Amino acid sequence: MELVEAILLTVITASTPLLLAASGELVVERAGVLNLGIEGMMIIGAACGFAAAFTTGSVFIGALCGIAAGAALAGVFAALTLGLAANQVASGLALTILGVGLSGLIGTSYIGQKIVGAAHLHIPYLSDLPFVGKMVFGQDAFVYVSVALIAAIWYFLYRTRPGLVLRSVGDNHASAHALGYPVLKIRTLAVLFGGACAGLGGAYLPLAYTPFWVSGMTAGRGWIALALVVFASWMPWRLLIGAYLFGGITILQLHAQATGLGIPSQLMSSLPYLATVIVLVVISWMRGKAGSPAPASLGLAFVPDR
Amino acid sequence: MDDAVAVAPGPGRPVQPEGQVPLLEAVGIVKRYGDFTANDNINLQIWPTEVHALLGENGAGKSTLVKMIYGLLQPTAGEFKWQGEPIVLTGPASARARGIGMVFQHFSLFEQLTVAENVALGLDTAPLAGIDERVAEVSRAYGLPLDPKREVWRLSVGERQRIEIVRCLLQNPKLLILDEPTSVLTPQEVEQLFRTLRVLRTEGRAILYISHKLDEVRALCDTATILRGGKVVGTCDPRAESSQSIARMMVGTDIGEVRSDGSKKLGAPRLVVRDLSLMPDDPHGIRLEGISFEVPAGEVLGLAGVAGNGQDELFAALSGEVRSDRADMITIDGRAAGRLTITDRRRIGVAFVPEERLGHATAPRFKLSDNTLISGHVAGSMVRGGFIDRGQMVAFVDHITKSYDVRKGKPDPEAASLSGGNLQKYVVGREILREPKLLIISQPTWGVDAGAAAAIRQAIIDLASRGAAVLVMSQDLDELYEICDRLVVICAGRLSAPRVTRHADRGEIGMLMAGVGIKGKEDAHAARA
Repeated sequence: MELVEAILLTVITASTPLLLAASGELVVERAGVLNLGIEGMMIIGAACGFAAAFTTGSVFIGALCGIAAGAALAGVFAALTLGLAANQVASGLALTILGVGLSGLIGTSYIGQKIVGAAHLHIPYLSDLPFVGKMVFGQDAFVYVSVALIAAIWYFLYRTRPGLVLRSVGDNHASAHALGYPVLKIRTLAVLFGGACAGLGGAYLPLAYTPFWVSGMTAGRGWIALALVVFASWMPWRLLIGAYLFGGITILQLHAQATGLGIPSQLMSSLPYLATVIVLVVISWMRGKAGSPAPASLGLAFVPDR
Repeated sequence: MDDAVAVAPGPGRPVQPEGQVPLLEAVGIVKRYGDFTANDNINLQIWPTEVHALLGENGAGKSTLVKMIYGLLQPTAGEFKWQGEPIVLTGPASARARGIGMVFQHFSLFEQLTVAENVALGLDTAPLAGIDERVAEVSRAYGLPLDPKREVWRLSVGERQRIEIVRCLLQNPKLLILDEPTSVLTPQEVEQLFRTLRVLRTEGRAILYISHKLDEVRALCDTATILRGGKVVGTCDPRAESSQSIARMMVGTDIGEVRSDGSKKLGAPRLVVRDLSLMPDDPHGIRLEGISFEVPAGEVLGLAGVAGNGQDELFAALSGEVRSDRADMITIDGRAAGRLTITDRRRIGVAFVPEERLGHATAPRFKLSDNTLISGHVAGSMVRGGFIDRGQMVAFVDHITKSYDVRKGKPDPEAASLSGGNLQKYVVGREILREPKLLIISQPTWGVDAGAAAAIRQAIIDLASRGAAVLVMSQDLDELYEICDRLVVICAGRLSAPRVTRHADRGEIGMLMAGVGIKGKEDAHAARA
């Protein structure tokens, strides 16, 4: 029982960075932009977040700096792909490489340093309830923010007018423009929001998950976040399920290794990534006949005529 | 230019009491793009309760002008007056706020959103709640049936247009702009639309009706302003003019009439389609059911139908983009061809002109010479031993250019840089100059100006008179009546029995297009037996 509780607790912490980054990307893609730079924005958020938290001693300021750094890199992406109508795939890949490189540079002086990680909530009695207590009432603030974010994004997309406009821009940017909606402005805001979420997701890693800095510590989570958006077929609540599923696989393979199954550890650590590939293949196979639920303008550059 | 006459009150103008001002007036509107003048000193008056036609060929400047009226573009010079007051329209929202609504030619709809969401996007202030009821109310009041909860991709073209109109009407516009609204409708849907427009006029609204279909303009409009080369070349009462006289103003010269030399000798069937049934790959596609027809040598067979009733699927099956289940479903010149590839079909003398000029018939970013290879690689001397001969390709482009009067800036430009009409002439020339025995051509003159359209139609008729069989798919009934010997109609993936064009009644064809009178599969079997 205690082991199961421990596993579930770690699943939640492993899923939170994926969920944060993927929620941002979901909004970006709903607006019709494909940002492959998520990995870069996550890791720059992680490096800046750790540096700020270490310098100030405040996890909160660290998280803010992570958000700002992710959004800043996303700003570069927006300038390239929206301002200059550059290819989104190439720009996204380039920014991932840039982000990984920059994070190494920022992080050099912090290697081996430790901080006090994000505090966990403690409500007397509630948090002490058996089994559910710690899981529901004993998490760090990031976890609650990530779930609240999904609810907020769902409400925004499906219940508010700006959310409807954002979806319309992703579905058909030419029509949205013809109706007088500022396509590029909406997309820029979406991209900045996506970058901020990725930065926060990245910052979660050194601020709460493992409270120290290791270069390259996002370890491909940005790519999994991208796959999750497809897995969720661009629906916020499915994203929640998907993120916890993948977090679960990550943790299960760790425990499977600990129990000493006779499977090479390298193979076990590749499970989450393998699962990503398999899920994507299965999804596209199942959809073969049903059409894509992807936003129709996804990845297409838009240049308004003047 | 002295033919750019200022607008004078025409005889057909509705009542214009003394002292009243026009609803909308364009005064000396100029729009320039670099050296190119799209609109040159346009003067135009639209009065309340007037249905005002804006006529002109492609590139005459109609779209540019209405985009400025709707605030999408800003004029380089000149001004608009709304009820006598000078106004500046900074965007569609400011146009809508004045009471200007627009129904776009290529619908500005969002496929994955519902009808109600699409309508809400066109309204600036409406709350999302309660929009369903308002849509239902307006669609009832004007006879435009719509289900607010359905997603747009499930709807027919006619229904989509209703969304656009309902969206405009919910803003209670004083001026409604319609850009080529009937190009995709059945004759019955056109009548329904006209009824709605007449109701709107009696409510005191003005309508600016953009079209190049002269018969419709003469049936509906009170005034017509004709544009040519970005200038107003005349204003008239279309009911007092003949279609020919208006066409002459639009084009500037008389258009040669297309006709065959009369010596029709039909030969053996070149294309025989027997019981062709096909499931679509695309979930939104149309299932073809028991399609059977023949095209003998020397005949032009026309395929009429509203877009999205299986034309694309039939084209793909005939061209070999989709292989048939059995080889004998399609026979070309006596050879079972249903399982042949596109290239093999081209080798036995078939040529294809798909509907989409850019992206299907040509690679947009390739030069014209490179584009000759798309269909030209199967025959001729352009490819030898795996190497391409650029000289041959360029020579072929020259040949097409001369034979089909393709106008282009550079000797060998990219396909995407040509205007629609010139690119279509290039594609048609590329295919017909190979002297195919069978030509399958879809929307031969879609969006092509009248002069080029006449040339293309003549080329099709000449090809047939040289012994080829031609299948023309078109949504333009006038075109089919002009060039085809027989007509078939496709609706929901089923084909009607053929009609001889000379005896085919337009009303009946319209009913067939709407699916009334096309027999089911069983009846088709019985009819053939």
